[in-house]
Amino acid sequence: MEYFFQQLINGITLGSVYALIALGYTMVYGIIQLINFAHGEFFAAGGYVGVIFMSYLLSQGAPAWVCLSGSLILAMAYCAMLAMAVEKVAYKPLRNSSRLSVLLSALGMSIFLQNGLMLTQGVYDKAYPTELTQGGFEFGNVMLSYMQLFIISLTAFLLVALNFLVFKTRMGKAMRSTAQDKIMSALVGINSNRIISMTFAIGAGLAAAAGIMVGLYYGSVRYDMGFVPGIKAFAAAVLGGIGNITGAMIGGFIIGMVEIFAAGYISGEYKDVFAFVILIGVLYFRPSGIMGENVDDTRV
Amino acid sequence: MIWLFVLLWPLLGVKPEGLEVATTFSVWWKIAAGCSILLVLRQLNSIGVFNFFTKPIGSVAVGMQRASTTVPMVVWAFLLLAFAIAYPHLFGRYAQDVAINCMVYICLGLGLNIVVGLAGMLDLGYIAFYGLGAYTYALLSVTYKISFWLCLPLSAAVAGLGACIIGYCSMRMRGDYLAIVTLGFAEIVRMVFNNWMSLTNGPNGITGIKAPGIYWPDFTNGMTFEHLWLKKLSLIYYVILALVVFTIIAVYRLNHSRIGRAWEAIREDETAAEVMGIPTFYMKLLAYCTGACFGGMAGAFYAARMRFVSPESFTFLESAMVLSMVVLGGMGSIPGVILGALALIALPEIFRDFELYRMLVFGGVMTLMMLFRPQGLLPPKRSMKADKKD
Repeated sequence: MEYFFQQLINGITLGSVYALIALGYTMVYGIIQLINFAHGEFFAAGGYVGVIFMSYLLSQGAPAWVCLSGSLILAMAYCAMLAMAVEKVAYKPLRNSSRLSVLLSALGMSIFLQNGLMLTQGVYDKAYPTELTQGGFEFGNVMLSYMQLFIISLTAFLLVALNFLVFKTRMGKAMRSTAQDKIMSALVGINSNRIISMTFAIGAGLAAAAGIMVGLYYGSVRYDMGFVPGIKAFAAAVLGGIGNITGAMIGGFIIGMVEIFAAGYISGEYKDVFAFVILIGVLYFRPSGIMGENVDDTRV
Repeated sequence: MIWLFVLLWPLLGVKPEGLEVATTFSVWWKIAAGCSILLVLRQLNSIGVFNFFTKPIGSVAVGMQRASTTVPMVVWAFLLLAFAIAYPHLFGRYAQDVAINCMVYICLGLGLNIVVGLAGMLDLGYIAFYGLGAYTYALLSVTYKISFWLCLPLSAAVAGLGACIIGYCSMRMRGDYLAIVTLGFAEIVRMVFNNWMSLTNGPNGITGIKAPGIYWPDFTNGMTFEHLWLKKLSLIYYVILALVVFTIIAVYRLNHSRIGRAWEAIREDETAAEVMGIPTFYMKLLAYCTGACFGGMAGAFYAARMRFVSPESFTFLESAMVLSMVVLGGMGSIPGVILGALALIALPEIFRDFELYRMLVFGGVMTLMMLFRPQGLLPPKRSMKADKKD
């Protein structure tokens, strides 16, 4: 039973990371129907910016909370800008061409960014400072580390903030209306290009936060770490009904749980397979996902 | 474009040890220089600076085209074939190696071309079938000592069967969903290769695969047939040459058959094709399996040539590379795919010093191609509507 609870905590931690990445996929897909393959690279880039600034601040003797929040904000801001630039360069000129072209352009961008990261940051793992991640609460044999607590609470905060943004502000309203009908919302005076840029920026910012969390949690980042979590997060977005924000969160938690429990109870070696099997299964039996009854009505 | 460079700059310059500009700069200025040269060339071209140069070239090209069409295609094909046959006698070992590599990728590209170029389904997991073919031959050769020639169709069949299974599940999906499912499937296959220790020896791979063998008449003592292992590179070359020729002919015939036309109809408009009475589900499944069969054959050859297989060779990046060949050359056109494969395999060999930048350039080229010339370098004659909204 203790093992079960321990796995539950681990699963929630991992799930919250996937949920954050999945949100970016789902928002972008909701608004321009594009699988943004480069999204995983924003996640990796966020991890790198995080490790760079965190070690810099730490070497300057800054307290832990400054290190964490400072690098988090910087990474999110940086990745948001990067995403906007990528959108301008690689996706915006293709707004009216075929789906295949945009998808291939996204794929090319993903390879480009990944290799750019590799060439400039090296092929080896980059270690996160470990001082920040020690300690935790113990309940019997179940351990909840400060790190996990940090990840879970930060995710919760970001999710609440995002929900507020999307459902309570003017901009959220504009995003939702653009997702539903781009031409009509342009007619009533919404600048759809700006909204699309913002969507990319927000999604990439969340992915960057997830990148830092993963870096802290596993202790290191790697230039190609964006690919597999990216696909899993996409699986999560699909599972929840793509285009649906609540669905993406739930999907992320489900994928995280499944992965951890499958690794714990079935086989650690095949843990990645389960996410893909779920993806294929969901697409086959229920292409609109758990939350999405009809894709067209529930985008963002 | 400049935006992107400005934004990428900080990430590249900063390292945990502090600012380390030197190495980063050495990487970055090359990329920036390359891009700006391309940009300048494009600008100049658009204002017509090169007209004095391109106009004569263009008229020469038109003249050449007219000349080449008067001579029947068959003659050109034979000339090309003759050159290909003479190739190992003309060039050294290294060039042969590169040529073999190229031809493996031509096979793969042509196979993928059926799926992506003709039927219009984006398949990001094509390398899985290459892997299935390679492992099939590796396992049959190591455990049962079955000869290459018997395994070649078997490998193709296994790859085709795998494609049938995954295709049956995923053919109802379109576009993006199909892409992501095939990608997931390829990852599953790779993980199985990686983790099924008892069968595939995991990440260590399988060694001791036999090269293809032939019976060669030996006249020294009456006439006997001697079994010859084709271990020499130039002999291996002929095997892959035969495969490539077979693939080209097969793909050409398919392309110009009723099936090929059905595929193109599906690519252009699936709903309309269905209304016109094309069984879209079976046609798409057929395209998927046929493409996979060619991948499986290329895989078997790869295993026989390397005499070693490991899961490392079948990653997503390889899929992306084959895909970028098809896209670069021109989706749906056979000469285009061949050109794409030559460009992506042979050119990096020439620019050996820039080895590190290969994948970077792949990615960049893929995006740029989509921006400026989505139909590829040599688009097919029966053209597709590249700018159609799905």
